[in-house]
Amino acid sequence: MNVLTDNFHTYAEGFLGTLELTLYASLLALALGFVMASFRVAPVRSLRVFGTAWVTVLRNTPLTLLFFAVLLGLPRFGLVLPFDVFAVLALGCYTSAFICEALRAGINTVPTGQGEAARSLGMSFGQTLSLVVLPQAFKSVIPPVGSTLIALAKNSAIAGAFSVTELLGTYKTINELGYNIVWTFVWIAVGYLIITLAISALFNLLERKYGVAR
Amino acid sequence: MTEATALYDVPGPHTRRRHAVYGVLSTAVILALVAWLLYLLFDTGQFTYTKWMPFAYEGVQELLLRGLGNTLKAFAFAAVLSLALGGLLAAGRLSDHRTVRWPATLVVEFFRAMPVLVMIFFIFVALKVQPLPALVAGLTLYNGSVLAEVFRSGVNAVERGQREAAFALGMRKTQVMVHVLAPQAVRAMLPAIISQLVVALKDTSLGFLITYEEFLHAGKLIASNLDYDLPFIPVVMVISPIYIGMCMLLSWFAGWVSRREQRSPKTEAVVPATAGPGALLPGGEPPMAPRP
Amino acid sequence: MFRTTRAPRALCVLLALLATACGKEGSPPGKGPAAEKLPHYRVAKDFRLPDSPTWTRAKRRGYFTVGVKEDQPYLGEKDPATGAYSGFDIEIARMMSASLGLPPGRIHFRTIASANRETALQNGQIDYYVGTYTINDNRKKLVGFAGPYYLAGQSLLVRKDENDIHGPQDLAGKRVCSAAGSTPYQRIRTDYPKAVLVAYDTYSVCVDNLLTYQVDAVTTDDAILIGYAAKVPAELEVVGRPFSEEPYGIGLPRGDDALRFALDDALEAREKNGDWKKAYEATLGLSGVPAPQPPPIDRYPAS
Repeated sequence: MNVLTDNFHTYAEGFLGTLELTLYASLLALALGFVMASFRVAPVRSLRVFGTAWVTVLRNTPLTLLFFAVLLGLPRFGLVLPFDVFAVLALGCYTSAFICEALRAGINTVPTGQGEAARSLGMSFGQTLSLVVLPQAFKSVIPPVGSTLIALAKNSAIAGAFSVTELLGTYKTINELGYNIVWTFVWIAVGYLIITLAISALFNLLERKYGVAR
Repeated sequence: MTEATALYDVPGPHTRRRHAVYGVLSTAVILALVAWLLYLLFDTGQFTYTKWMPFAYEGVQELLLRGLGNTLKAFAFAAVLSLALGGLLAAGRLSDHRTVRWPATLVVEFFRAMPVLVMIFFIFVALKVQPLPALVAGLTLYNGSVLAEVFRSGVNAVERGQREAAFALGMRKTQVMVHVLAPQAVRAMLPAIISQLVVALKDTSLGFLITYEEFLHAGKLIASNLDYDLPFIPVVMVISPIYIGMCMLLSWFAGWVSRREQRSPKTEAVVPATAGPGALLPGGEPPMAPRP
Repeated sequence: MFRTTRAPRALCVLLALLATACGKEGSPPGKGPAAEKLPHYRVAKDFRLPDSPTWTRAKRRGYFTVGVKEDQPYLGEKDPATGAYSGFDIEIARMMSASLGLPPGRIHFRTIASANRETALQNGQIDYYVGTYTINDNRKKLVGFAGPYYLAGQSLLVRKDENDIHGPQDLAGKRVCSAAGSTPYQRIRTDYPKAVLVAYDTYSVCVDNLLTYQVDAVTTDDAILIGYAAKVPAELEVVGRPFSEEPYGIGLPRGDDALRFALDDALEAREKNGDWKKAYEATLGLSGVPAPQPPPIDRYPAS
């Protein structure tokens, strides 16, 4: 127990680091994922190709490789940013591919008739998408987006190995001080559980409020 | 641009012209981005002789191949063991005995909620295990738990009539599971199982972080050598196509199996896992693909 | 008939092509002088240390497994092409093996990252560890330390044409590079807040930035900096006095005091007979920095 109380400061710092990383990367992933999803259903071919390429490549890239390329490769490009910004970039881009697919699958759950009806009312592509299809897709998209963001929070642990302050990385400091290693990890695990459970609770709430009745 | 979709009308001549303009514009923007990227690559001297020369040497090639071999070895172990563990845990969760069901549920839920990396580090650091077994154990626990859920939902998705008919024929519980439910469930869930294996393949790269000498580790060794002018970008350019290619091949295989299974009469009794008719999107092979 | 043989034959051709891949032999040309005249260490005959479980295990298998670093030039560096390790730490590991009666040529070197050193020693992955391993009290709770065999200290690496930096007091407004999150990084941040800190994951990137004028100095333990200076002795030099004390020790499993004292004795003997100095001159000495006096050995009592 005193592993936690003695090192509360270290743990708190790591916990906040993970929280921050998760939050910013989620925002980036949601925004990019939305853009890519609209690219993928757009009537312009080159945008569709770009969106598809983005998703296919990123979904099949190991996240560790992406971190390696972004955190160690980009500085060689003359682009020098703090490590946590790079980490947000890597995590956000990676997750955006999955968000994009979740959104696209959500659009797919909207019955064809809805789109046809909108068109027969004379709506344009933009109007059909934003006024009819997306509001309905949003409802069925809540659970998969939630689980994608939970995965993001779990994936953020990789950043710790690339010199970013986050929860998993705290084990080094605490181990160096000679504390019981098993308990060190137990509290790290609790930290991650808190974050993932909080996200899943948030999305449960959202689903109850906006979700489709099935 | 000719695929029919419910999102927009078949474009008329005016719209088609407008779209063509958009198309040209966006293509130009994308090409400009690519050109700028290439310019940056040349400008920062990523194509110099010193940076690419190491790849011409046999020793370096062997180092990379050895790394790739280690990656595939870890993947093979993790895949086989997770399938076994997944089957075992699924059987536990489907058991009629509460004493078996509860622990299995607990294990599955716990390992699904934990980041894989925390498990791997725990096994490596706290249990003091060597890198390869630590990596394989971590991957097995996580992917095994996820696969258990896949198997379970597959069995539950088999039409009730199948089970009832089997019982009516006088089969025992185990017989029903082994001869009737499991074969259909596995067939129907094969795409999902393969996509989970893609996750396992991607996650073998976590071995890099616990100094398992896999593909990425070999790359880092070359990339951080001052003698070769720190070829980080060349290394990424060599390594990522191979990694991404392997994963895409496996993902594509999952998609192929999925399309085949949907036509197959042998999975008729299982609720289809992929999106059915009435989809809004053209040619949408819905996500039977890697999860994050 | 045709059908059955064609596929295997094609496979054979493919494999043969792969096996004779279009690769050059040897390793790509490196920078800096080669560490050629490495001393030979006489292997102690009939050496026995039955009280040490680590030694007994190593003797039975016929070689030591030693943990080292792989990315520090002239200290502990692995040639990607040949897989061979070289440097001052490697020489220390070799002479220790010779003194303990096992031929140094048969050592199995394993790369162990800083974060995993204690783990590797505790779970028996390696017999001992030589790789810029600073002795301190917290680590003594986890592992044993023989030595120290070198007294390092935080210092500064600059370009030879840089005339303004002679010590940490001159760093105000200068761009200083170090490894993210490392102790040297934190020391600069708290003690010399006017310096502009730049952090990378590896020191080799820092050194490259120094050579391309993107930073003005690189800071970490002088031993590591001297190694980099030896890569490009015409352009880089280590300046000023070290402003911290980092005694490097040989890490070994905690509680194996027989091995610890044997290594202490061996180090002392090698320092006396000149092997230590020869090893230094063949590696770090190539930077032009003369061999220092080895630090006194710390035989702390068994606990």
